[in-house]
Amino acid sequence: MTAPDETPPPETAAAAATAVQEPATEPAPKRDLAQLWVCGFLTLLGVLVIVDASRLGGFTASNDPIGPKPVPIILGILLFAVAACYTLDTLRGGRGEADHRDGDAAFDWRTLGLLCAVFIANALLIDWLGWVVSGALLFWGAAIVLGSRRYLTTLAAAVALGLATFYGFAIGLGVGLPAGVLQGIL
Amino acid sequence: MDNLNALMDGFAAILTPGNLLIALIGVTIGTAVGVLPGLGTAMAVALLLPITYGMEPTQAFIMFGGIFYGGMYGGSTTSILLNTPGQSSSVVTVLEGFKMAKNGRGGQALATAAIGSFVAGTIATLALVFVTPITVQFAITLGAPDYFAIMALALIATASVLGASRVRGFASLLVGLVIGTIGIDAVTGQQRLTYGVAELASGVDVIIVAVGVFAVGEALWTAARIKSGAGEIIPVGKVWMGRQDWQRSWGPWLRGSALGFPFGAVPAGGAELPTFLSYITERRLSKHQHEFGHGAIEGVAGPEAANNASAAGTMVPMLALGLPVNATAAVMLAAFQSYGIQPGPLLFEKQSALVWTLIASLFVGNVMLLVLNLPLIPVWVKLLRIPKPYLYAGILFFASMGAYAVNAQPFDLFLLLTLGLVGLAMRRFGLPVLPLIVGLILGPMAERQARMSLQLSGGDLSGLVGGPVSWTIYAIIAVIALWPLGRMLVRRATRDRARAAA
Repeated sequence: MTAPDETPPPETAAAAATAVQEPATEPAPKRDLAQLWVCGFLTLLGVLVIVDASRLGGFTASNDPIGPKPVPIILGILLFAVAACYTLDTLRGGRGEADHRDGDAAFDWRTLGLLCAVFIANALLIDWLGWVVSGALLFWGAAIVLGSRRYLTTLAAAVALGLATFYGFAIGLGVGLPAGVLQGIL
Repeated sequence: MDNLNALMDGFAAILTPGNLLIALIGVTIGTAVGVLPGLGTAMAVALLLPITYGMEPTQAFIMFGGIFYGGMYGGSTTSILLNTPGQSSSVVTVLEGFKMAKNGRGGQALATAAIGSFVAGTIATLALVFVTPITVQFAITLGAPDYFAIMALALIATASVLGASRVRGFASLLVGLVIGTIGIDAVTGQQRLTYGVAELASGVDVIIVAVGVFAVGEALWTAARIKSGAGEIIPVGKVWMGRQDWQRSWGPWLRGSALGFPFGAVPAGGAELPTFLSYITERRLSKHQHEFGHGAIEGVAGPEAANNASAAGTMVPMLALGLPVNATAAVMLAAFQSYGIQPGPLLFEKQSALVWTLIASLFVGNVMLLVLNLPLIPVWVKLLRIPKPYLYAGILFFASMGAYAVNAQPFDLFLLLTLGLVGLAMRRFGLPVLPLIVGLILGPMAERQARMSLQLSGGDLSGLVGGPVSWTIYAIIAVIALWPLGRMLVRRATRDRARAAA
């Protein structure tokens, strides 16, 4: 999935974000064809919206003459229109206001993927392990993935953050965070 | 005079030790988050929103007032010292501010930004006290078709006027509108776009979208380019202003405030235009024109004042009409809704005490910030030294905590990551984020107004056009829509003429 693809077909746009790797050696390509993924994503979204809208019963009532159907249909049509214009703009060399704060650095897929994995692990574990443990793992894992090499210091910071937020927000301010396996201990 | 009395009651409500403490916590964490590189005011408010979930509405809004102004103060510090504007409205501040810091005048730049923000914030909040009730008077006379027209204008204007590319603005807007459609239809009770996922039936929470697209998107965007190195931080020196700095600053502060407030108060005015206009004005009026581009203090004082005044101005349509015109206002509107409070003309009748306490807390927060910020700037600067891994791990940590706290379901964390990836893609492809957030909030409101209008007309489309107000607004929309076409025709005509002459 992460291999750079020179001419990405716009159909498989669910993975829009995976096509953004530019050949780093080429000096500023004139046309940014990776944008076609965005056009594909918009088209796919339009299809999803229209398919769902056609499923809706077209019933109307006296207090609601138009029903829930027209808005998604209009949105779907507009999505197709914008996707078409966007494609045209891309082919004519149009570009967005890219964020060039750090220059055109190459995309680091490995870091990104690992970070997402850490994030998903937290989502899977939070109800079971509780926020203090899963949150601390999230912080620790993310900091390591992002380049921290002081494993123990980072772990101490992570545990401290987990405990501080749990006591401060869940117990102090009444924010709903799960205690998980540490129920009764905290 | 009613307003002033109500405002006094608001002050009375906030001037208790407990509430002042909450305001102090608000401005402190608001500044702390605003200082962090890459985090703007909207993100500060979105990230910090969940900590107010356990509070009473009044306390929560006192804290918001603090976070709101604190986030803006913090943002200017980052722009000046790191050359990284946290939001588009700080871009102009960077022009002269970073140069001043490089010339060893960082302390003066920060001081004029802080005091200028205080002056502008105070003037603009006073203007808010007087303008908002007038806007409410006007808003009460509007019917559903007029509201629909105003919302359509706000949607189209945010997508097409701000930002460089219309098609990208509309793409972002449509994604926001689609997300806003997800969930049970309020009138008929039918599920739309949920595709059988039970957690989606109640819709996608605005906070999760804001935190996902802003905070998680930013963290992933940095992660994807982590090897590109960090910006250097310039030492601040002493934060003070000499006699000459004062003389050169007070004019720009006042002019900046006067430019900023009206732009903030109209739908889709935004803060980018007034900061830019202020910069140009000061450059033209200055006796030190040669200094512009090399660190002129007027170029920091004016735009910073304009930025703050316009932020206060955005509260007018937010409170009086329920219309958010920038990302921060959009997130605050979501906060109101999470307490079951609907901003709009009726807000001042139903929740009068709450609104005036919020406005009073803006004044109090502003004073606190001035007292807190001038001596503490060196401390805030230390926050800029947090290593990147800790900083972005921390952002992900707090983003996850906030998103989970909304509904206490892990599903929201997956949603958060998905939206973070959308935010990442939007940064990569240069799509503006604001239209998405505004579309998400205004879309469902506009649909409700449209269906109400059509209900009154029995389904006849003429029901969408009400009185003179909606006619005027549709005319403005037509001008916005036809503007590029007209410009293209003019350009083509001049080119033809030039060719004919040749």
